[in-house]
Amino acid sequence: MSIRHGLLALLDQGPRYGYQLRTEFEARTGATWPLNVGQVYTTLGRLERDGLVAPHGEDEDGHLFYAVTEAGRAELRSWFETPVPRTNPPRDELAIKLAMAVTVPGVDVAAVVQGQRKHSMKALQDYTRLKGQALLADSGQRTDLAWLLVLEQLIFQTEAEIRWLDHCESRLTQRAAEPPVPQGATEAPAKPKRRSRL
Amino acid sequence: MTTSQAAFNASAGTSPVLHLEGVTRVHGRGAAEVHALRDVDLKVYPGEFVAVMGPSGAGKSTLLTLAGGLDSPTAGRVLVEGTALGGLGRKKLAEVRRRSIGYVFQDYNLIPALTAAENITLPRELDGVSTRAARREALAALEELGIAQLADRFPEEMSGGQQQRVAIARALIGERRLVLADEPTGALDSATGESVLALLRARCDAGAAAMMVTHEARHAAWADRVVFLRDGRLVDESVSQDAGSLLV
Ligand SMILES: Nc1ncnc2c1ncn2[C@@H]1O[C@H](COP(=O)(O)OP(=O)(O)OP(=O)(O)O)[C@@H](O)[C@H]1O
Ligand SMILES: [Mg+2]
Repeated sequence: MSIRHGLLALLDQGPRYGYQLRTEFEARTGATWPLNVGQVYTTLGRLERDGLVAPHGEDEDGHLFYAVTEAGRAELRSWFETPVPRTNPPRDELAIKLAMAVTVPGVDVAAVVQGQRKHSMKALQDYTRLKGQALLADSGQRTDLAWLLVLEQLIFQTEAEIRWLDHCESRLTQRAAEPPVPQGATEAPAKPKRRSRL
Repeated sequence: MTTSQAAFNASAGTSPVLHLEGVTRVHGRGAAEVHALRDVDLKVYPGEFVAVMGPSGAGKSTLLTLAGGLDSPTAGRVLVEGTALGGLGRKKLAEVRRRSIGYVFQDYNLIPALTAAENITLPRELDGVSTRAARREALAALEELGIAQLADRFPEEMSGGQQQRVAIARALIGERRLVLADEPTGALDSATGESVLALLRARCDAGAAAMMVTHEARHAAWADRVVFLRDGRLVDESVSQDAGSLLV
C-alpha cells in the first residue's frame, strides 16, 4: 500500500524518525492524504516485522530512527517497477449513485448530475487556484515538483469526472428523445436490440 | 484578484463591466423559431473571470456575440461599462468594440491579407496609436504567447494553434476592459492552452473582466465563476472559494 511504500521511499534517502517521515510525506503530497503520527508508527512497526526496515539508534532528543534494509530496498524497487493495478477499480460512490438513480422511479437524474457537476467544478476551481499558487511559489526543489504533480493528478481526475457527467447528460438527453421501451423489456436480457446499443 | 475581491467590488458599488439585463435572442420566425437565449441576467465585474459551459447549442456563442455587440438581443439590454450598446449608432458601437472589448473568435477571424503583427496593430492604429508604438505592443503580446518569431507571417502561413494565439494577442492588446473569448484554447495543446488561461487570469487580476466559452472543465476552472447554460437559460453557477480550505 502507498503509505508503506511512501515511507520506504523516504527512508531510502537515509535514516529518519517518525515525525520527520510524516512531515516529509506531507511536503510532497501537500497534506492531500494527511498522515497522523500514530499511522506512521503503526506502519513502521509492520515494516520492521516484515524485515523491510530496522531500528537505527536514538538521538539525544530521544527520536527513534529507522533505516531501510536490503529487503526494503528490493521491495521499493519492485514497487517502482510494477504498475499500480487497475484490475480492481475502487468503488466509486458517484457511479453507484447514478446507476441507482436511473433505475429508481421518481429520481430527477438530471438534477443529480447537475448538482454533482457544480460541486466537482468548484473543487476543480479550488485545485486550479492551489496550482496557480504552487507555480508561483515553486523554488525549483523536487518536493515542489512532487506537490505540483499530485495537484495535477487531482485536477485531471476531477476533470475526468466532470467529462463523464457531461457525457451522462448527453446520454440522458439522447435517451429521452427516443420512444420508450415497453415495460419489462429492460429486464429481459434475451432482447439483443437493447443490449447492442452503444 | 480573488473571488472575494470581485465580490467586494460588487458590494462596494463598483459597476459591472458587462451587464446583461433580461436578454433574449430569438432566431427565425414561426415554426422555425429558435430561442437561443431566454431572459438571461448576468453581471461581470472588474477583476472577474467568468467561464461559460453547457452542451452544444445551449446558446454560449450567442451570449458572447451579444455581449460583444456583434449581434443585438430580441429583448433586454446589453451594457458595457454602463453604456447600453443598443442605443449606439454604428460608428459609436464600432468604437466601443475596438476600445473596450477584446474578442477572440471561435474561428480566429484574422484578415488574410495582413501579417500577424498587422492583424494585431490594425485596431490600435484605427484608435490613433502610432504605427511604431502599436507594433511594439503587438510584438510584446506575441512574445507573451510564445510566437514572436511569427510576427511577419500571413495567416495562411501559420498553423491553427498559431493563428489562434495571434487572435488572442489581438484581443489582449491595449487597455480593453472586457475580454470575450469563444473556445480560445480549442486548437492549442495542453501546455499552450494553459499559458493562454494564465494570461487571461493575469489580465483579470490586473482589473479587466473576461468571459470565456469552453467545453473543457480544466480550462473553465481558471475562472472565478463558472456559469452553466442549457436551452438558452443560465441554470447554475459554481463559485470558487479561497484556496487552501479544501485540502485541510
Ligand atoms: N443565425 C442563426 N439562425 C438560426 N439559429 C441560430 C443562429 N445562430 C444560432 N442559432 C441557434 O441558436 C442556438 C444556440 O446557438 P449557439 O451557437 O449559441 O450555441 P453554442 O452553445 O455556442 O453551441 P456550440 O457548443 O455547439 O458552439 C442553437 O440552437 C443554434 O442552432
Ligand atoms: Mg459556440
